[in-house]
Amino acid sequence: MKSHYSDAPIDTPPQRRTLSVLVDNEPGVLARIAGLFSGRGYNIESLTVSETEHEKHVSRITIVTTGTAMVIEQIKHQLDRLVPVHRVVDLTAKGDAVERELALVKVIGKGDSRSEALRIAAAFGARSLDATLNSFVFELTGDSEEIERFIRVMAGLGLSEVSRTGIAAMSRGAEAL
Amino acid sequence: MTETMSGAEMVIKALQDQGVEHIFGYPGGAVLPIYDAMFHQDKVKHVLVRHEQGAVHAAEGYARSSGKVGCVLVTSGPGATNAVTGLTDAMLDSIPLVCITGQVPTHLIGSDAFQECDTVGITRHCTKHNYLVRSVEDLPRILHEAFYVASNGRPGPVVVDIPKDVQFAMGKYDRPKDNQHKTYRPQVEGDIEKIRAAVKLMAGAKKPVFYTGGGVINAGTEASATLRELVRLTGYPITSTLMGLGAYPAADPQWLGMLGMHGTYEANLAMHDCDVMICIGARFDDRITGRLHAFSPNSKKIHVDIDPSSINKNVKADIGIVGDCGHILKSMLAEWKVLDKAPDCKRLDPWWSEIKTWQARKCLAYRGSDKVIKPQYAVERLYALTKDMDPYITTEVGQHQMWAAQYFRFESPNRWMTSGGLGTMGYGLPAAIGTQMAHPGKLVIDIAGEASILMNIQEMSTAVQYRLPVKIFILNNEYMGMVRQWQELLHGSRYAESYSDSLPDFVKLAEAYGARGIRCNDPAKLDDAIREMIASPKPVIFDCHVEKMENCFPMIPSGKAHNEMLLNDLSDDAGVDIGNVIDVKGKALV
Repeated sequence: MKSHYSDAPIDTPPQRRTLSVLVDNEPGVLARIAGLFSGRGYNIESLTVSETEHEKHVSRITIVTTGTAMVIEQIKHQLDRLVPVHRVVDLTAKGDAVERELALVKVIGKGDSRSEALRIAAAFGARSLDATLNSFVFELTGDSEEIERFIRVMAGLGLSEVSRTGIAAMSRGAEAL
Repeated sequence: MTETMSGAEMVIKALQDQGVEHIFGYPGGAVLPIYDAMFHQDKVKHVLVRHEQGAVHAAEGYARSSGKVGCVLVTSGPGATNAVTGLTDAMLDSIPLVCITGQVPTHLIGSDAFQECDTVGITRHCTKHNYLVRSVEDLPRILHEAFYVASNGRPGPVVVDIPKDVQFAMGKYDRPKDNQHKTYRPQVEGDIEKIRAAVKLMAGAKKPVFYTGGGVINAGTEASATLRELVRLTGYPITSTLMGLGAYPAADPQWLGMLGMHGTYEANLAMHDCDVMICIGARFDDRITGRLHAFSPNSKKIHVDIDPSSINKNVKADIGIVGDCGHILKSMLAEWKVLDKAPDCKRLDPWWSEIKTWQARKCLAYRGSDKVIKPQYAVERLYALTKDMDPYITTEVGQHQMWAAQYFRFESPNRWMTSGGLGTMGYGLPAAIGTQMAHPGKLVIDIAGEASILMNIQEMSTAVQYRLPVKIFILNNEYMGMVRQWQELLHGSRYAESYSDSLPDFVKLAEAYGARGIRCNDPAKLDDAIREMIASPKPVIFDCHVEKMENCFPMIPSGKAHNEMLLNDLSDDAGVDIGNVIDVKGKALV
């Protein structure tokens, strides 16, 4: 390839960051943020959004992303420069944040595998939300790794469907956003 | 005072309340109510362009030359999509614009109605912010907010998309007391501790250089005045980006000329060898830095920018100061004046003598000719014959743009309107129209190429209709010159599609529009022809036939650092063999 642009930067190891973004809940705000990530080539590992302060129409978006230190700094500044964005907080930089996600897992099976699935679910602390003679829908809340483990185990026991919320996160301690 | 009126009337009222005198636009079905409201008043004057892209560039020229917010009014669908290139141009060059677009009625949105497009979706990435107005109650707030967002913080274009039923709907209009956004508050004042640290670093520098950009122009004429005072007080050399030309006077001995890919030898070497770089309102763009890893390797860098995302984006700053250039320059000046020990100017002598050796290299020298007009000579003569008239210069994009930046010399800010970030061919003529609208009676020249000018040539009709005597000075080499230059550098001089075939007769074309046409291909007759152009009360197309194979030097080719520039004397004559200058590694760059 020939061109008149500078060469690609030397890669430094990527880091995983969890960002909390407070935004005006107005039409298109999610498209603005998702579009920023796709337009500038940033990664999104997980993105969750919901209105958290109804009177003020403020939503909280939790984004898990990866990038080099320079890219992470850019992501934060680029988010902050969007007009409807109030604040961007790097939860990872503030210390070990509490991170949770919820998964719904449908398992289909009969006989031994069915009872084994129920035992495993109990061991993981998953709740059974729906049960038929040949299926379960389990609900599990935990950090992403725990949910991954649960899904891996269930894969051998008739796993048929998974739905995950993505990560919601909050900093530890008395300090608030 | 609260008044009841239609949404369309609110648009006009808000424009009046914002002090808008001119709006550039093109009517269509979805904006007819607004045009009707405009018909009943004469405070806001409408300029009818011939293509919506032209409207946006005209508003850009208006904004950049006057410091005001430029305004655009276009219809839905194709009106909005035609405006996209102009909006992107304004986004990249940080030009404050408010663009009002019509939209199909709210109940038809999403139904693929006639002339419907997802305007806010399409323009989301090429505007600073955009709005779809769903209710007439929101309209007054959004209109005023749009002006606030466009002009505060890092300036940029704002789109307000108004469905036709909202234009017809009746509502209450109140001029908001404070023209603000409820949460958007860009930082204006810089962190004083960082400013003190920066001034301390500057005071200890042995090889300092100021590197300034369009941010200084955007910060207003006072910022340029403060910059001049600070630079003179320190005695440091100063260079500027393409966008920043005019903030510091080109006639001053501390001025090194423009830097970057086609910048001067002395400016680029000063950047490469400096020990302290003071970057004010510039963004370390790839046309400036060349190879990033070799960019100014031994310097401490101070970076002042209103946009926090500009700092550390491409180049790590040792001291990054967020805020408005004008305010921070004032604080820097004040801090410099109260330094414990005034820095000894003598310490700069070795640095200046080094710079003088680079200047002695005369990097802008070129081989003259008495047979054919050299493009550099044409710009030099244009400058010499117009400099006392305080001219406003716009350009298209390409070789002519770089020659204009190199050989035209700017003494004041807001006199130089060019498409820097996006590099939009077709920018210059509409921008000249907008500039002339903002500055009646002034000399406005679009330095153009024969390929670029054809991209928005229809705007000749606008210039003639509004009796705007803009001068279009075409450096006609019958090539897309910059494309050809790169083909020589990278592609074995295979001139794929870069020649201008079947060109119109520009003199006849001018006459067809009711303008004046002048042709010149003799260096001896050039001065008289330029004088004739200036003297004409009409818009003029000046078809200046120049040396066809001339290339633009100096140049930092790809994969090279600032101290590895190509200079003009590599060439024997026109038609330089530059095909072997970039090595295999350079050619293989991303």
